[in-house]
Amino acid sequence: MWRRSASFILDKHDNNKPISITQSIDSPPPPESSSMAEETNQNPNPNPISAYYQTRAAHHGIVTSDWLEQAQAAVRRYPDHDLMVSERPFSVIEEFDSWRQQPDLAEAVAAIRALAAVIRSSEAKTMMELEIELKKASDTLKAWDTTSISLTAGCDLFMRYVTRTSALEFEDFNSAKSRVLGRAEKFGEISCKARKIIAMLSQDFIFDGCTILVHGFSRVVFEILKTAAQNKKLFRVLCTEGRPDKTGVLLANELAKLDVPVKLLIDSAVAYSMDEVDMVFVGADGVVESGGVINMMGTYQIALVAHSMNKPVYVAAESYKFARLYPLDQKDLEPALRPIDFGVPVPPKVEVERSARDYTPPQYLTLLFTDLGVLTPSVVSDELIQLYL
Amino acid sequence: MESRRNPRAVVDPKVRQVGFFTSSSSQPDSSQPDPIISDSSNPITTTTISPSGNSLSPVMIPPPRLNSSDTFPLRTTVSPSSFSYSSRRDFPDGSTTASPGRVSKGSFVKSSVPVASSLPGVGMDSMAAGKSSSVPASGLTTVSVVNMPLGLSEKVSDQKKDPKPLKEKTTKAERRALQEAQRAAKAAAKAEGGKVTAMASGSVASTNVKAVKPVKSIAQKNDGVVAAVVSEKKGGLSEKDRKKDAPHPRMQYDDESRVVKAKRRAVVKQTEAKNRVELFRHLPQYEHGTQLPDLETKFFQLDPMHPAVYKVGLQYLSGDISGGNARCIAMLQAFQEVVKDYTTPPEKTLNRDMTAKISSYVSFLIECRPLSISMGNAIRFVKNRIAKLPITLAESEAKAVLQSDIERFINEKIIVADNLIVKHAVSKIRDGDVLLTYGSPTAVEMVLLHAHELRKKFRVLVVDSRPKLEGQLLLRRLIKRGINCTYTHINALSYIMHEVTKVFLGASSVLSNGTVYSRVGTACVAMVASAFRVPVLVCCEAYKFHERVQLDSICSNELGDPNAISKVHGREDINYLDGLTNNANLQFLNLMYDATPSDYISMIITDYGMVPPTSVPVIVREYQKEHLLV
Repeated sequence: MWRRSASFILDKHDNNKPISITQSIDSPPPPESSSMAEETNQNPNPNPISAYYQTRAAHHGIVTSDWLEQAQAAVRRYPDHDLMVSERPFSVIEEFDSWRQQPDLAEAVAAIRALAAVIRSSEAKTMMELEIELKKASDTLKAWDTTSISLTAGCDLFMRYVTRTSALEFEDFNSAKSRVLGRAEKFGEISCKARKIIAMLSQDFIFDGCTILVHGFSRVVFEILKTAAQNKKLFRVLCTEGRPDKTGVLLANELAKLDVPVKLLIDSAVAYSMDEVDMVFVGADGVVESGGVINMMGTYQIALVAHSMNKPVYVAAESYKFARLYPLDQKDLEPALRPIDFGVPVPPKVEVERSARDYTPPQYLTLLFTDLGVLTPSVVSDELIQLYL
Repeated sequence: MESRRNPRAVVDPKVRQVGFFTSSSSQPDSSQPDPIISDSSNPITTTTISPSGNSLSPVMIPPPRLNSSDTFPLRTTVSPSSFSYSSRRDFPDGSTTASPGRVSKGSFVKSSVPVASSLPGVGMDSMAAGKSSSVPASGLTTVSVVNMPLGLSEKVSDQKKDPKPLKEKTTKAERRALQEAQRAAKAAAKAEGGKVTAMASGSVASTNVKAVKPVKSIAQKNDGVVAAVVSEKKGGLSEKDRKKDAPHPRMQYDDESRVVKAKRRAVVKQTEAKNRVELFRHLPQYEHGTQLPDLETKFFQLDPMHPAVYKVGLQYLSGDISGGNARCIAMLQAFQEVVKDYTTPPEKTLNRDMTAKISSYVSFLIECRPLSISMGNAIRFVKNRIAKLPITLAESEAKAVLQSDIERFINEKIIVADNLIVKHAVSKIRDGDVLLTYGSPTAVEMVLLHAHELRKKFRVLVVDSRPKLEGQLLLRRLIKRGINCTYTHINALSYIMHEVTKVFLGASSVLSNGTVYSRVGTACVAMVASAFRVPVLVCCEAYKFHERVQLDSICSNELGDPNAISKVHGREDINYLDGLTNNANLQFLNLMYDATPSDYISMIITDYGMVPPTSVPVIVREYQKEHLLV
């Protein structure tokens, strides 16, 4: 019990913001950074707690006892992380964290905003120097949580934008720098607006009287449903529970506030209810090169069932989530684990599958709604090739 | 000058004459081929026509492809039409005349309904110089013809075909009359005898090099598969060009007359196999083993042929060099030698002459063994570079530039590309993997060796098949490095597939619809793997991609030696099929390639990264752009 006490954790490290159950939302950094540190210090990922999922859990105000345990273990490692950025008065991680606190902001966008801040506060005198600084900052951010795909993808994308512009112009440094900064800001804005664009594009697919199945609490999907409700469309939503996050309950609450008829299902009841479903909407943590998506655990299952019953599966994802990964099967991803609480203590000899996400191959997906338009899965590679080559 | 135009368009009733053809049009044409064919000796252009006789189909006419990539200037030669693909290609490359050329090509395509006809025609063009005969001779040629240089004339004619049908008609009629007269003259001259080629060379003002080759060009066509593919690939070609190229290079072997004509021009005399599978009659098949001794004796007689190219051709014929990359590199290195030893003949420009030479060498190589798609793309690249050489460049500089370009191509597109592929592929190999591979793909071998160097723990399953048994070579090389291997035959594929975690395959080419064109048996492996839900990874360099689309393995393929199937090496007692080679009830079929549909492929690893099979056209598009910018 002593490990769970907030004061214990507080005592351990005074750099951290106080960690407590009630304030869990505000203090993601220590667990995440520790998770990162854990990853680097321990032998290859015996226990990589995905910071990304911790954040999401934090955003939803859900903290489990396991999570605290991890947090505490993480706290011990925090000094390493601190050292890395202590030299510089400006810490990209701090900046990133501050952006990330906002529950409405996607992680990649926060990263891009942080990188923009790096540019702003940079003292470099030449483009090369600036690029090198940015590269370093981007690597730091990526290392902070290796399991977050959108973070990596967002950083890569931003670096790509920067290097492209810098190569083309040969003007003096200051104007080049301000141009890059302008582009960074614009990028951040576009990313924010991406959700609205996607919501607009998907309105055509929601017709009156339809039944939509959703899985997991994706902010993009929520935006879509909100816009549809505001446009006075008549539809009802089936929400999966989304264990162990229980994000489905949250989503159901939000939708109920919008007066949308919602029905909650346990995850096992998806096939049972698939007959009355007209379409499936999911979000994405990352969209991979093959056109498949990586999303919360359970998405693959739902896509398989929907495909076998000929129901369309629509994925809503912003374009900065396109990543240059290409998983061949479920195990080909970077492991991202999360603590799972069964409600009853699990005997130590029993292993628990704690992966937080799965990969859905492109043949089970019908369309992708992105801010670039409504795309088929095979177009993702096209976009990536054009962008990265 | 006029000779270029082949007035005699032999019109095959099957051929749909679309487009401008200078030849005296269809009606008399069908009757023409015979006299023409017999006339080989005739020095007049008509003789040249003869072999191509039929080909004179409308399409033929223009074959601007003439050697020069850019334009017409002198038809130098004989660029064997067979190089049709190459010449065609040149055409589009030749920026200057691009449009006319393209147009002509386009028309070419349209008319080449019967591929065969086009083939011979093409050859004819090359022979061209001599061709002037018919049409050009008369002042009947259309204005366009008259004004333009040989090559141009054709092109122009193509362009003008639509707006000037009337002109054509008159021209044709006149030409027809002219041809009649010439035919009479030829009949008289026929007595002299003499080879067509001799005539051609004589008539052709262009390089003597080509002289020997014109025939080849025709033969070349056949190798449709490769040639067609090669021609296709030229980046940025107009649609017409593509269409033209597509069917064109392939000579359909079912057409007797065309085959006869082609053979007349071949340097490599190959005896056609008698007993052939009906479904594959459109592919060339020869009695293996008959060409080598013949060619060897000719080594010192074939002046126009560069010894390096000759050597490479012999190596292909005997099977010493096999595998897409090896053949391509060998050919490119031979071309480097050619460039090194090259001197521009007087009154010729380096661009056109060298292109013509290269075309002739390529047709020789095709006769030895049909081109692979990688070779086709490389040839296209070389011709492109030659075409882009500035005219003002001094000869030695131009040669140096060309040699370094070829060197760069080999380095960037093959060697460095292989390194990139290895880098990407190795990231997909995990400890504990059981990797299956089929045959002996060079890219996959490099991946496995590199993964072993990185100390990954995996084992390899090498699947092999008769008659080539290429897997044994790979097996030897892997074992020498200490990799844990298992060897089995393709018959046992479904038996061992359950323990396999990943399948690595190589490819001769990847087509635009994601179909992988590779060694025969690859499709089996991919399908069984897919049924067992094992991921299939294809390693292929980007230069082997092609715009073509193929739906099955039949329309374009390569036939190997049928006797290889009936005999088992080392087991002389298995001779049950001896003496049955010519039995009417039994045909041997030895296919070399097959097409694997994209549904069975999980990913393609190229130097551009790991892409799904649906992205191949994107890469082809990007690759063309880069190619043109280079």
